[in-house]
Formats: sequence, C-alpha cells, structure tokens
Amino acid sequence: MIYRVEVGFKRDIPDGPGMRIQRRVVEEMELPIERVRILSTYLIRLDEDRDVLERLVRETFYDPVVQEIAVDQPLRSDADFWVEVGFKPGVTDNVGKTARQVIHDYLGRTLKDHENVYTATTYLLYGKLSQSKAELIAKRVLGNPLIHRFIIFAKGEFEKNREILRTLPIVKLEAKGDVLRFDLNMPPEDLIRLSKERVLALNLREMESIRDELSRPEVVENRKRFGLDHRVTDVELEAIAQTWSEHCKHKIFNAMIHYKEDGKTETIHSLFKTYIQETTKKVRAEKGEKDICVSVFIDNAGVIKFDEENNLVFKVETHNSPSALDPYGGALTGIVGVNRDPFGTGLGAQLIANTDVFCFADPRYDKPIPEGILHPRKIYEGVREGVEHGGNKSGIPTVNGAVVFEERFMGRPLVFCGTSGIMPTKINGRPSHEKQINPGDRIVMVGGRIGADGIHGATFSSEELSESSPVTAVQIGDPITQKKMFDFLLKARDMGLYNAITDNGAGGLSSSVGEMAQLSGGAELALEKAPLKYPGLRPWEILVSEAQERMTVAVPPGNLKTFLELSEKMGVESTDLGQFTDSGVFHVTFEDETVAYLDMDFFHNGLPTMELEAEWVPPSFEMKEKPEGRNLREILLKLMGSLNICSKESIIRQYDHEVQGGSVIKPLMGEANDGPSDAAVLRPILDSMAGVVFANGICPKYSDHDTYRMAACAADEAVRNAICVGCDPEHMAALDNFCWCDPIVSETNPDGKYKLAQLVRANKALYDVLTVYGIPLISGKDSMKNDVVIQGRKISIPPTLLVSVIGKIPDVRRAVSMDFKHPGDLIYLLGTTYPELAGSEYYEGYGFKGGEVPNVHPDEAWERYRKVYMAIESGLVRSCHDCSDGGLGVALVEKALAGDFGAEIDCARIPVNGCEGWDEILFSESQSRLVLTVAPENQTAFEGIFEGSDFARIGIVCEGRDVQFMNHSEILFSVSCDEAKQAWQAPLNF
Amino acid sequence: MNSGGKRPVRAIVLTGNGTNCEREMAYGCRLGGADVVDIIHISWLLEGEVSLSDYDFLNLPGGFLDGDDMGAARASANRFKYRKIKGTNRVLFDEILQFIEDGKLVFGVCNGFQLLVKMGLLPGEEREGRFEQVVTLSHNDSGKFEDRWVTLKVNSLSPCVFTKGMDQVYLPVRHGEGKFYPQSEEILEAIKKKDLQVMVYCHPETGKPTDIYPYNPNGSVEAIAALTDGTGRVFGLMPHPEAFLHRTNHPRWTREDLQEEGDGVKFFRNAVDYLRGRI
Repeated sequence: MIYRVEVGFKRDIPDGPGMRIQRRVVEEMELPIERVRILSTYLIRLDEDRDVLERLVRETFYDPVVQEIAVDQPLRSDADFWVEVGFKPGVTDNVGKTARQVIHDYLGRTLKDHENVYTATTYLLYGKLSQSKAELIAKRVLGNPLIHRFIIFAKGEFEKNREILRTLPIVKLEAKGDVLRFDLNMPPEDLIRLSKERVLALNLREMESIRDELSRPEVVENRKRFGLDHRVTDVELEAIAQTWSEHCKHKIFNAMIHYKEDGKTETIHSLFKTYIQETTKKVRAEKGEKDICVSVFIDNAGVIKFDEENNLVFKVETHNSPSALDPYGGALTGIVGVNRDPFGTGLGAQLIANTDVFCFADPRYDKPIPEGILHPRKIYEGVREGVEHGGNKSGIPTVNGAVVFEERFMGRPLVFCGTSGIMPTKINGRPSHEKQINPGDRIVMVGGRIGADGIHGATFSSEELSESSPVTAVQIGDPITQKKMFDFLLKARDMGLYNAITDNGAGGLSSSVGEMAQLSGGAELALEKAPLKYPGLRPWEILVSEAQERMTVAVPPGNLKTFLELSEKMGVESTDLGQFTDSGVFHVTFEDETVAYLDMDFFHNGLPTMELEAEWVPPSFEMKEKPEGRNLREILLKLMGSLNICSKESIIRQYDHEVQGGSVIKPLMGEANDGPSDAAVLRPILDSMAGVVFANGICPKYSDHDTYRMAACAADEAVRNAICVGCDPEHMAALDNFCWCDPIVSETNPDGKYKLAQLVRANKALYDVLTVYGIPLISGKDSMKNDVVIQGRKISIPPTLLVSVIGKIPDVRRAVSMDFKHPGDLIYLLGTTYPELAGSEYYEGYGFKGGEVPNVHPDEAWERYRKVYMAIESGLVRSCHDCSDGGLGVALVEKALAGDFGAEIDCARIPVNGCEGWDEILFSESQSRLVLTVAPENQTAFEGIFEGSDFARIGIVCEGRDVQFMNHSEILFSVSCDEAKQAWQAPLNF
Repeated sequence: MNSGGKRPVRAIVLTGNGTNCEREMAYGCRLGGADVVDIIHISWLLEGEVSLSDYDFLNLPGGFLDGDDMGAARASANRFKYRKIKGTNRVLFDEILQFIEDGKLVFGVCNGFQLLVKMGLLPGEEREGRFEQVVTLSHNDSGKFEDRWVTLKVNSLSPCVFTKGMDQVYLPVRHGEGKFYPQSEEILEAIKKKDLQVMVYCHPETGKPTDIYPYNPNGSVEAIAALTDGTGRVFGLMPHPEAFLHRTNHPRWTREDLQEEGDGVKFFRNAVDYLRGRI
C-alpha cells in the first residue's frame, strides 16, 4: 500500500521556517507573496493496513502540540499555489531514512526491501501569483531542478494532481552484470574518442601506456589464467582513470615544467617536490629536535605533535564544482567529506574542528543571470546551509573561516572545507599515525551503501536518461549516518580491531582499496558482495561510485567476527568484500569472474609524467589618476560596509562554534560579542589548558598583479592571524589549497602558459616565505580547472591560494582577543606602511587601478612575530589585531567597535615609507602589520622588547565611542563606533 | 574517589544516534564531583548489556538525535517509547520512569531537553496512566539555528534541585528548535502554578523576562528556557551549562574578571550534592 502523509503547523501557530522563506522571496525576487506555510510530506510504501498506518503516524510522525497531520487527504487546500519539492530518484533522502527507522522501531520488525519512505517538502504560497512566477520561486528559492522534482499547481487543482502526488521516486535500472572489453590497438583518434565518450579524462599518452602495458606478453599470459586477454575491461579502464585522475595524482603539480621569465628558462621537475615538499624538508632539517611534523604528505591528512600524549591532524579540501551545481548538497558533501580525511588518517582521529572559506560573487547581484548558472545569493544561502547542516549535525565546531567576494566567482564559487582531529600518539602500543596491513587482512567497507552517486554523470546521461534514472552528478551527505559510523569506528580503533583505515571519497572503492593495497602488496576484491542502494549497478559503477559516508578498513581475520558484531550492535552496516594480499596484483571479481587484473606497480606508478610550458610576462596596469582631496571619513565608512570587510555574523551564528566545550577565542568577541576575531583558539582536551589555534589567509585580489605576492600575502596573513591570538610561532604548520584556472595551453585555453607561470610563482613565494618562518607544509590539495564558459565567454576565477594554519598555544589563558579593553591603554602599530594599494579594498571600491600590490618582507616579519609572542607570553598585550583588508584605518575602527571604546590616533606617528597622503597611509594593505594595545604600566617592558624594530605608539584608547584620527593636534576626521558598526553590520544581515 | 564518606554518585551520559555534547557533559559530571562517570551508547541499553538501574544520575546531552529529521528528538523519543529492550517486553521509557521513581536525577540539555519534552516527561504530568507531550520546543521564530549567549534568570521558587542557590546565569544557546510552546493556556497556568518553569530568558540590563530578540533567542512563550517536573529531579533546558565549565568559555573572558570555574559547573555540583544527601 502507498500512503501519503502530510504534516504541518496548526493554523494559529506561526511557521518560523515558512516566514523565513517568505522573507527571502520578497527580498530576493521582489515578489509580493504574503505568507508561506510548509508541510512535511511522506510517501510511505508499507505492507500494513490503514488502521496500523494511521496509528503509527499519529503516534510518531508529528508534534501534537503545534502540528496537524493528514493521511491521504490534503492538510490545506486554501493556498494560492502548491509547490511540492521532492527528490529525483536516487538522491539521498535523509528524512526518509529516519522515517524508515521510526517505522522499524514502532512496528518492531525490519522493513522489506520494497517498503520505504520518500519525503518531500510542500510549500503553500499565499498571494497573487501566476503559474510561471510560482515556478520561478520554486527554482530560485525552494529547490534545484538538478536533484528535485517539482509539482506546482494553483488552488483548486489538487484533484487533478492527485495521482502525481502519490508517485514514488524509485530508481529502476536494468540489471546488467556484463563487462565490456576494449582492444586499445586502435588509431590515436579512436583512443581519444574512447577517453572522451567514457569521460575518462585520460590523454593520448596515458591511453597508449595502458595499451602498451596490456600488450606485454607476460601480462597477457597472466591475464589468460583469469579469463582475460590483451583487451582492457571497462572495470580496469575506469579504475585507472580514477587512480590517474588530476584529482588523485595531481598531474600538473607533478609535471615537468619549463618556466620562462626575463628570457631565461628554468626546468622544474614537479612543483610539488621542488617547492611544497622541499619547504617541509628544509624546515624540518633546520628545526632538528624541535621538529613538530609526525606524518606529512603520505596520508589523507597531515599530522603534527600537540603534547606528549596526542597528535593533531588537519586537512582542507575544496568542493567547487559540485557546489556550483547544487550549492547545498555540494557544500554539505564537502564538509562531511573532508571529515573523513582526518578520520581516515593513521588509525583514525577524533574530530575537533571545522573551518570553511568561501569565494562568491556579490549575493546582491541584480543584473540578469546567464542561463546555466545559479544566482550568487542562491549559491551563498545553499553553501552556507550545507556547511551548517554538515558541521552542526556532526557535532564538530566550525571555528574559523572567511568569505571572499569577487565577480569572477559567479559561475564557479570556491568552497574550502577543513577538518582537524586529535589522536593519541599511541593506540594499543602502536604509533597511531601509521597504517600497517598484512596479507590476509579482510577488506571491510563500513557505513553507507553504494549507489550511482558521483559516478561521472555524463556517461549515464548520454545513453539512457529517463524519469527513473538515478541522479549521479550531485550527492547529498548524510551527517548522522557518518556520525554513527565514526562513533563505531572510534570504539573499534580503541579495541584494536583493525590495522588500517582510509576513506572512500574520490574514486570510491577503486581508490581506497587500491591505495591501501600498496601497504600489503595487492588485493582481491569481490564486487558482488558490496551492499547497494538499489539493484542494477554494473561492476565498474560499484567500483568507482563515490557514494558518501563510507570508510574502508583492514581487519585481521581473527577480529572479523568481533568487528562485524560490534558494527551491527551500533547500527552501522559493515561488509567483508575480500582480502588484502601480497600478490602484486589489484584483482577484482564479480560473481567469481575476474573483471580487473592490474599490476599494482603499473596501476599506481604507470602514469606518464606531463611536460608543460610556462611563461611569465608581468602584466601592466595603467595608473588611473585618483582625484585629490577625497573625504577620509567617507572612504572609511564605505570600506566598513564593503563585502570583503563587513561583518559575517549572520553566517557565523548559524554555525555551532562551541560544541565539544573547548571554545576559547570565538569568531566573534568583544563588549557585545560581535568583534571579528583574527583566529580561533580551542582546548581539545578539557582538563588541559593547552590550546589549538586555527587561522587562514586568502587574497586572490592581488593575483592579477602578481601571484608571487598574492601567495606571499596569503601565507603571511594566515601566520599573522595566528600570531595575533598568541600562537607559539615555533609550533605552527600550514596547509596549501590551490584553486587555479586551467594552466594547460590549448586551442580553447590560449593563455595557459601565463596561468601556469602564475602557478609557478605562487609556489616560489610559498617556499620563500615559509622557509624563513620555519613553518612546514603538512598537507594540501589543488583544484585546477576552475573555468566556466558562460554564453560563449570563458570566465576564469582569479588564481586563488588558501593557506590554513594550525598551531599550539601552551596555555590558553594567555590568549589575546582583538578588542580595545581599557580607556588609557596605549595603542601600538608594528611594521612599516608602504604605498601598496593595488588590489586593495580602497582602490577596488573606487575603481582605481595600478600601483603596487603588497610585498612581504619575511625576515622582518618573522622577527616581529617572535617578539609579539614574547610580549603576549609575558602578559603585556591587552589586545592584538592585524591590518589586512582596508588597512590600518579599518583595523583601528574594528578594534574600537568591538571594544566599545573610542581612540585618539596621531597619524603623524605611523611609520611609513614612501606614502603620499593620509588615504595611502590609512588604507594601504602593507603586510605583516599588527595593532596592539598595552596597559600604561607595561609601556617600558613592552617597548623594551621591540627596541630597534619599526614600531610606534600611535595613540591611546579613550572613553566614549569616537575614533579621532589626528595629524599631531589637528583633527583630520572622526568616526563613531556606532556609525561604523552600523555600516559594518548592514550588508550581509540576512 | 571524592565521595566524602557518603555513598558514591554514579553518572551515566547517554550517547549515540547523533548526540554530540557527551564528552563535555561527562566532564561537567566529573567537575561536579560524581565518582563514576560513564559515557554509554544507547545500543548497550537496548541490547540489555547495561542497565540504567546501576546509575543515579542520567544525562541526556545535546546533539542532533537522528538528525532531528522529523522534528527535534522526535524519532528518538519514539525509540525510547516503542523499541523493546532485547529479550524483554520493556522499553527504555519504563526504565526511566523507574529511575525517577527511585529518587534519582535526570538532566537533559538542548536536544536532551527536547527528548524529555517529546517523551512527555517534562513538565511530566501523568494523565490516565500515560505520559503525554503537552508542551513543545518548536522552530525558532527566526527560522534559523543560532549560536549565541543569553542571560537567564532562575526561578527561586522552583522545586528544581539543579538550580538551588542560583540567580542569574549566562550561557550559550545553540539550536534551531527551542521555542517553548504549551498546548494550552491551562497547561501554561499549571506549570506556573507549580513553578516548574525553572529559568527564563531575560534582558541583560533589567534582569526581567523578555520577548525581545535576541535576548529571547527563539520566541519562547513567557520566555521559558527550562522546565522541571513536580519532583524537581527531572530537569531540562535549552542553553548549554556544559559549554561553560571554564572561564575561557565565556565570550568576554578576555575583558572581564571571572572566576576560574565556569558557572555551568554549578548545575552538576548541585545534582551530585543532592544525590549525596547534602541538599
């Protein structure tokens, strides 16, 4: 029987979520709808009589105090429009899964395969609307045609739609166990065609090396024993394509690059080895005994020391292209996906913090949006909500982040998600950061089931797209299934039940088992054993599916029974899929037939190295004369309200940043809990005072001028943010996330050489700055093709580097926040201000181009940071904030509005080099500068520490709320905390 | 052991299916003086391997039970009421009723409070032999999940044992469904008559109950943030005492003089002291 159940608020109860939707429709679409009421709709297929079903749902499906419920009849029929947003077949339906569990608990029986619950959200729109407007609202605010199906009709048309309102989104696939074989002895153009048709993203050389490998006589001989020959199977081809993908193998970062600059050519053998790994190598050698690295670059995340008993783990990932297609699902999957990296590092870490950095176009964009891309506001809201649900429901505090706005992120938003964990240095006597697999260990997949999710959707769409084809390109994460899996695996870890763990992310089982098999020397994997969401998947699809919430573990045979029993008890599905071997072969079977038989060495190391050209031609910008005599007060207030500077409170408050109980420096602090903190501090171990610091740096706005300076600034910003809160400069590590536009020159990408040169320069900068700072890189990631073609025009993102820092503060009670604390405190500026305004918020805001972008002076900066730490450790610093977007002027006003005190600043005392005019001095974005306040009684001690370096006492904190900028005793201008705060809080207050 | 010569206090913190504050809740129990503190996965209770009767102090921590997918804690409330403990005809709800009858303490924070309310244990009026849900914690008026600190006023007339000697307290809320709403005026009057409303959201300047956002962060009727039952031994609240166990948790700790210990510890200490027979 199929039943339709609707649940909604009683008529006299306000519908908070409905009101929020109504506000969005009015604000974003300027459509005059009066009211929105929301119904939760359940389509239930259950072999039970109506009276059982009625009793079941009335006792368990709704809140009798504020809600009403209706079975097989509409709960409301008075709305002007009915918009039902359900899932397309195969899209993860988390509420449906929970409802299934409720029925199971209530009936006390396991549900049969065909018994299931499908949910939809029904929006009742009240107000004068047309069908087309209702459809517009559905697409723009309520759902996404990529994953949702809509049923939209006007008042009075319910009967007409009765049947369609009862249609279940069931996946129907014809069961196909067959495996295709391809003879790769074909002309080059056919090899390329095959790669394209199957969306393998393998180039000719790569296709040829597969052909050559399988043509070797001894290989053919071995394959024949298992019923194969020189032809490659689709399973093998797909597995190799995944393993050799840019995502997994970082081909560009490992390519041989001929870099041309100033007529000289330099050959770089792998950017990754030359700059990233080399930074770490050099830093570790120089630090010697004080080296904090434990495991770098070899695992899913980097590992550093925390204290004697514990190590820290950190990883940051991007999820850009899924977030462009479905912002909610993409971002949700981004955050729960990166959770699995620290969890799959070593023997597995307990997760302690999330970070998130977004790059968007202006959400208030009011020009027509090109076909095929989503409105920036929809992306903003969707991504924000995806990270909210992913982070909050996982019980991991979201402690640090940033949002960058730039028009070129219109078609391609960037979504960086990071997760940190902690693990005991030893578990059951074994170093926790090491994995060890013995031949004979069982391959066990834990967590969710396999569906067509995340299989390169195009192959599906090209052949047999129908109403009941599963949605493949977009996935929706399920944080609760993952949380239950983590709860179980941590227990299994502490009981010593497994030898190694890794996550199933990109490439699915193919990558997870393939990578783990390197530790034992081979694997035998039986695909038919894998639990599926629905029948009908082909062997290769099972192997490469990226269905979420899955980990793969290596379980010694003797522990298998205990492992599976514990798993079942804790409500987690675990399946034995085969065994690790030392055969030297990645051997995959389906129903006892061999479907892949690949030499491990070829599978992992057979990828030919790419050879690329890069050429640096410095861009030139004509300096547009800026008019004289600008009003400084006006500039400052405008800057406070610019998107990159303004308050992000509305986002921050919707993230739980305090769960786990260790919050110390929160994202917002100060007199009214609303000042912008530089970095986060938390205590991961509640009975210890040692803290972890998280900070980030990102500044794509400098990339058009020079990515060398951009990368240096990003690294410096991340480090100085950490320094501001009191991080130990000797105990810091960094992660790099490159998001680039296509750096490979081709017909459609004529400036590839320049973009690759930009990448080379960014790498050089990272090396140059971090080796001086003595900060190792411990992990990273790159996303290389962030270009979109919109109406025939290619838009490339500005090259973007996110640097994330993790560090330690020995005693969190020494941590410092950014707000002014006491009237009478002395205000110090550390560092020199240069005329560095190109790309600055000031110039961008007024449309000025030209001049210099900021340059980092690493030696001076590092000396300064070490001294700041000494001053903070000695208890001499009352507040500390860095100068970044908007320069010194903005930094001072932020400190004032956060502390709710005024200040008197003598601008004549600011140490400058070459600046002309107060606007340059106040709004230059010169790097490595910090503004601190110090109690008057500590003046001598504080100045003693900084003697001989470039710093100045530039003012004093005052009672009242006015920040007065003076030239000696003459007032230049004055801004009050209240007006500054108003300007700062207004733009994103939704 | 710090049992002070009296009988040891054994605390259980229930976890699993989406709870996420279990560790800080357990730490709060320890700081409050409990002698035994065990974090136990609900499966162990449902499998009959651990019994509630071995404990004195039941903690239901915050989180997202079953993702709050069908309304906060709804699916878990059903599990407590309908899922049979393995090999018995009893459900966990029966065990909790026995636990309360035995004079022990139940403490639900945020999602744990929602769970108690949806099981009908708060305000806990038995009607015709059944406990029914008579109030709810519904979606915030803002339609948003929010993490912010709020000022709470303690009702000194309340029978609640957890809040003895407390007056005003500052704690974070972190929820999307915290709006207290009674089924009827009569229910609300009955709650007020017995002073079961333990704490209200108040304006930080006046100290009076408020319906002004964000001081009342969710639009709760009569600004009610916490409830107890007639015994004073079952207590649930939306704000998180376990998120303020040390002064560095306070959002203004870098600018105010605060005691080393956070105010949240008092709730746990009162509970433990009560169980030791000190109160």
